[in-house]
Amino acid sequence: MTTRNALELKGVKKNFGRAEIIRGLNLEVHEHERHVIIGPNGAGKSTMFNLISGRMKVSDGSIKLFGNDIHNLPAHKVNRMGLSRSFQVTNLFQNMTVMQNLRCSLLWSEGHKYAFWKSVMGQKAVTERAYELAERLNLTEQAEVPASLLTYAQQRSLEIGCTVASGAKVILLDEPTAGMSRTEANDVIQLIQRMTGENTLVVVEHDLSVVFELADRISVLVYGEIIATGTPEEIRNNAAVQEAYLGTEVH
Amino acid sequence: MATNTAAGGTNLLKLWPWVVVPLVAIVLPFIFDSGHAINLLSHMGVAIIFALSYNMLLGNTGLLSFGHAVYYGLGAFVAMHLLRSINDAGGEGLPLELLPVVGAGAGLFFGIIFGTFSVRRAGVVFAMITLGLGALVHSSSLMFTDFFGGEAGLFGYRDEAPSLFGVDYAPSRNVYFLVVAWTFIAAILIYLLRKTPLGWMANAVRDNPERAQFVGYNPTIVRFIQFALSAMFAGLAGGLFVITDEIVNDEAVNALTSGAVLLGTYIGGIGYFIGPIVGGTLVTFLESSLSTYTEAWVLYFGLMFIAIVMFAPMGLVGIVHTQYLSWKAGGWKGNTGARLYILLTGLVGIFGLICVIELAYHYFRSWDPSAPFALMGVTVDATNALPWLVSFGIAIIGFGLMLFHGNPMLKRKLDAKSDGGKA
Repeated sequence: MTTRNALELKGVKKNFGRAEIIRGLNLEVHEHERHVIIGPNGAGKSTMFNLISGRMKVSDGSIKLFGNDIHNLPAHKVNRMGLSRSFQVTNLFQNMTVMQNLRCSLLWSEGHKYAFWKSVMGQKAVTERAYELAERLNLTEQAEVPASLLTYAQQRSLEIGCTVASGAKVILLDEPTAGMSRTEANDVIQLIQRMTGENTLVVVEHDLSVVFELADRISVLVYGEIIATGTPEEIRNNAAVQEAYLGTEVH
Repeated sequence: MATNTAAGGTNLLKLWPWVVVPLVAIVLPFIFDSGHAINLLSHMGVAIIFALSYNMLLGNTGLLSFGHAVYYGLGAFVAMHLLRSINDAGGEGLPLELLPVVGAGAGLFFGIIFGTFSVRRAGVVFAMITLGLGALVHSSSLMFTDFFGGEAGLFGYRDEAPSLFGVDYAPSRNVYFLVVAWTFIAAILIYLLRKTPLGWMANAVRDNPERAQFVGYNPTIVRFIQFALSAMFAGLAGGLFVITDEIVNDEAVNALTSGAVLLGTYIGGIGYFIGPIVGGTLVTFLESSLSTYTEAWVLYFGLMFIAIVMFAPMGLVGIVHTQYLSWKAGGWKGNTGARLYILLTGLVGIFGLICVIELAYHYFRSWDPSAPFALMGVTVDATNALPWLVSFGIAIIGFGLMLFHGNPMLKRKLDAKSDGGKA
């Protein structure tokens, strides 16, 4: 097993005015692992994702992606270094069709940058990759449907598809099964496992059955600090976690 | 908002507008062959390029600019200076056909300079910066008289410049053909730009700049390149304007010109490629012809804009397009009469409204309100109650029938139809 760290957070702090939301976060995510972050509401999970993905600036500390500092870089630069994310609220190009969404997500990773001298539809590699992704997402039939007309579950899977399409090695998923029925959630879990294969995955999730099914390792975030990291078994048996999060009182 | 980049596959049959429209444009000056009409047609060509360039910002990238005339005007002034130096050199130098390229270069140059700090944010910030830049450049145009020619402006002579093909550009019809050629070239280029990675990401940045970042694009850079290219085409239109009018003054960079291009583009329809073409043509036509019939033409212009913004945000092309789609899908079956009835009553209402406005204009603006004047071919006295009553009556009856008889009727028929579909 490789022990290289895909993502490394050291002493990360974030405050909004006087309110300290993240207070000294330390986290190591190994390459190729599926790392799930759990924690009660308001623990700072989404803020942590915003810090990692470049959406917000850190107040203190460092974030490394494969050994390179990424904290305080703008989001597009973080993305180009190999990290992409999904959002709690579906975040797509709503007016575009499924294929257009996938094509847009592929353009940069296929090296087309800001080109204004070649046609998008003429790029065979992009087209092939987009069709292949649509098939893996089970969205082939909806290929020409605008994203805004898809069902919620389909939108979520398209978003995962776009996240993967941007060529990222590390993928952050913010509550990928939020607001879904049991069966829909199961489908999405399978989709995530199928789509992300070799990638490193960091997932924020509330649904504990999802957590234990998906995770290689789990970290528990409470009040802006990681209080425990370990395998699902270790976390289940950790007294501090039970007290803080799983709701069982320790006598 | 319609994302027209969807049109995939190059089906040759779909290219027919690119053949038909230029052919019509070439035939037109032989039908409308007065000097005034040909000048008007040339102005339409310039307005089309200008509006298409504006829609690269508003429609494609979601950037609302209040100062697009800056690039049009600066392009025109730079082109004018070159034309004058060619005149001074006794007609030696750059061929007249390539003068718009100089305008385009100037537009691009200033687009790059002003773009660097305009496009950091979209939305209100961008709009305010463009408004400020527009005011800045316009006030400079009255201060730096060497470059801008002061209030009188600058003039040059297009027939005292060499031609690539040996064409004599004194007759305005020859100038018109040059305008058609450049309009065609600009329209093709702007159309093709929409198909490129930059064009796609411009739409993406308009719809969701955040998502665009998370697929690797810097929204600021996408906006910046779009902005600079758009300024380039605006400059091209400005350079062409120098050839058609042979004079440029501060009007070319002022807020009215910026406003007119915004209005025209929006009225045509910002979600469609042909929207600005229709809008630019229509606005130019109205500006020149409506103003000969009525003093109140600016008011009509404003009312039309308000009506479009409120009731048809996809513009005139959008109205036609949605009606066409509904007709094609069989949505007109059994209710064509109701639709025509709404159209007819609406037109009657508009006619009445126009009568009221004309009466009011005469009553409040004329030295002698009681002087008889011609209203729709009838000589009336605006101090009398009768013409007012009749005008208001027509307006109220027209709009009343449309809103309270026609609309419910169409709605009932559509409901009945969808129920029938279910049964």
